[in-house]
Amino acid sequence: MSAAIVVSSVSHRYGERLALNDVSFDVAQGEIFGLLGPNGGGKSTLLKILSTLLPLQTGNIQFAGFNLASQADAIRHTLAVTFQHPSLDIKLTVGENLRHQGHLYGLSGQVLSTRIQKVMSQLNIADRERDYAETLSGGLKRRVEIAKCLLHNPAILLLDEPSTGLDPGARNDLWNVLAEVRQEENVTLLVTTHLMEEADRCDRLGILDHGQLIALGTPSEIRSTVGGNSITIDPLDMQQLASELQRLNIVFRQVGGEIRIEDVQSTSELTRIIDTYSQHFRSITLGKPSLEDAFIKLTGRRISEDTTDE
Amino acid sequence: MNESVVSATTPRPAWLLPIWSLAQREIVRFLRQRSRLIGAIGQPLIFWILFGAGLHGTFQLQGASANDVSFQEYFLPGVAIMIVLFTSIFASISVIQDRHEGFLQGVLVSPVPRSSIVLGKVLGGTLLALVQSALFLVLAPVLQLVGLAPAIQLNLTLAGAAGALLFLTLVAIGLNSLGYLFAWKIDSVQGYHGIMSVVLLPMWLMSGAFFPGDQSPWLHVIMRVNPLTYGVAGLRQCVSSNPSVVGDLPSIPLCLAVLFLFSLICLAADVWLTRRDQGV
Repeated sequence: MSAAIVVSSVSHRYGERLALNDVSFDVAQGEIFGLLGPNGGGKSTLLKILSTLLPLQTGNIQFAGFNLASQADAIRHTLAVTFQHPSLDIKLTVGENLRHQGHLYGLSGQVLSTRIQKVMSQLNIADRERDYAETLSGGLKRRVEIAKCLLHNPAILLLDEPSTGLDPGARNDLWNVLAEVRQEENVTLLVTTHLMEEADRCDRLGILDHGQLIALGTPSEIRSTVGGNSITIDPLDMQQLASELQRLNIVFRQVGGEIRIEDVQSTSELTRIIDTYSQHFRSITLGKPSLEDAFIKLTGRRISEDTTDE
Repeated sequence: MNESVVSATTPRPAWLLPIWSLAQREIVRFLRQRSRLIGAIGQPLIFWILFGAGLHGTFQLQGASANDVSFQEYFLPGVAIMIVLFTSIFASISVIQDRHEGFLQGVLVSPVPRSSIVLGKVLGGTLLALVQSALFLVLAPVLQLVGLAPAIQLNLTLAGAAGALLFLTLVAIGLNSLGYLFAWKIDSVQGYHGIMSVVLLPMWLMSGAFFPGDQSPWLHVIMRVNPLTYGVAGLRQCVSSNPSVVGDLPSIPLCLAVLFLFSLICLAADVWLTRRDQGV
C-alpha cells in the first residue's frame, strides 16, 4: 500500500522549547494511525502542523504526494480536521453548519444537498438537521463535526483527541463510526489520543513523549516489547512491601503508588507473594502486557493519571 | 508526481461563495440574538434624544445664530456613524469568539482563499451596519411628530439618500476592516474592550460626530488626520440641507477619496495578516 502521509525528520521549536524532535513516520493509505502520548508530549503541535495551521519549521511532510510546505492549498482540499474543541457554530442548526461548511469547499446547490443527506445518514444524525448545535450532547456534536469533515470527500481525516468530553458509551460509538467511515470512504485516519483503549483500536501507533517518537508499530508489536505478563500490586504500605520484596530478590518498579513486577514467567511468583504478604496489599492482579505497560517500560511513567479511572 | 498533474487534480477554490456564506452567517447570528437587535437601534435613539434634550439651548455652532441649529440636528449623522461603529465593533469581536469556539480553525484548515475569510467577515458587518444606520436615519426625523426631536432641515433628495448610503457603506467597510485588524491580534474580548475605549471611541468623538471641535487648534489637527472625520463630513453634507450645518466641511470628493483609501489599506492589512499567521 502507498503512503498517504509521510512525515520525515520534523522538528518544531516554540522559542527555546523543542516541542518536536526529529519525528519521522509513514501512514499507509486507508490505515487508522494513532499518535499516543501524554499531554504536552508534542501530539497537538504535530497535528497543528499537519493541518496547515502551524508553519513547518524543519523537516518534510507529504500528503498523498503533495508537499506541505509548498502546496498547502492543494492539501487543504484533500484534508479534513476535527479539533479537540468542536468547530461547530453553536448558534446555527446542524443543517446550517453543514451547508456553510460545504460552501467553504466550493460545494453548492443539489450536489451539496445530496452530500449533506449522505453524511447525515452515515453518521445517523438526519433527525437532528433542524436542531441548534448548542442543544446537542457532546457525542452528537462530535458526530456532526465528523459529518462536516466528510462533506468534501477528504482522503485524509485528522482527529485531535476525538473523545475529549465523551463518556465511555459515546466514545465506543464514535470508534464504531470511524471504523465504518474508513471502510466506506476509504479514508486514512490519523488520531491523537492519550487513552490506551483508543490506541488499542488503531492499526498502528506512534508514541510521542517529550517531542520524540519513542515507539512505532502495531499495538501488539508495541505491547510485546514488554515481554510476558505483569503483576500489579496496590500496597497498603508501599515502604514495607517494597523492602519485603527486595529481600525475596524480586525485581519490581514503583509506578504511581503501585508496585509492578514485569515479565512474569510463571504463576508461582504470584502465589508466593499472595501466600507470604496477603496482609500487605489491597489488591493484586496478573495481567497481559498493555500499552500502558509498554509506555511505563519506555519512560518509567504512567501516560497520565486520568486513564486509570476508565 | 510532477507539477502539471498536481495542478490538474487540484480543484480551484471558490472565492465568492464562501464570502457570501460567511457574511450570511454573521447576519443569521445577529438576528438570533434578540438583545443585540434591541440594543442596536434602541441605544442610539435614546442617546440622540437624551443628548438633544440635555444640551438643548447650550449648543451653538460657530458662525451660526443661536437658534439656527439644534444639537439634535447637528448630532444626527454622528449617531448614524456611531451605529456603524458599534456594529463594526461587535462584528469584529466575533472574530475573537470564533477563534475561541473553534469555528475559525475549521475555516482556516479549509482551502478558502484568505481574502474570502476577511471579505466575508467585513461584508457581514457592513450589511448589518448599513441596515441599522439607514433605519435610524429614516426613523429619527419622524420623532419630530411626537415632540422628541426639534425641526430638522433634511436633504430629501434621491441624490442625498444615495450619497448617504454610499458614505455609510464606505465607513462601515473601513471600520469593520479596522476592527478585524485589532480582533485578529487580540485573544480576549476584554482586551478588545480596551482598544475600543482608547482607540475606536475617541476616534468617533474626534470625528466631528459629537462636537465640531474647531475652537481648539490641536483638536483641529487630530480631526483632520482622523479618517472618520471624512465619513461624518460626507454623510452630513448628504443628509442635511441646512447651510449652517454644512459650513466649511471637506469637499465630498475628498471625503470619498480618504474613505476609499482608508478601507483599502485596512482590508489589505487584514488579508496580509490572515495569510501570515493563521494558526496563532
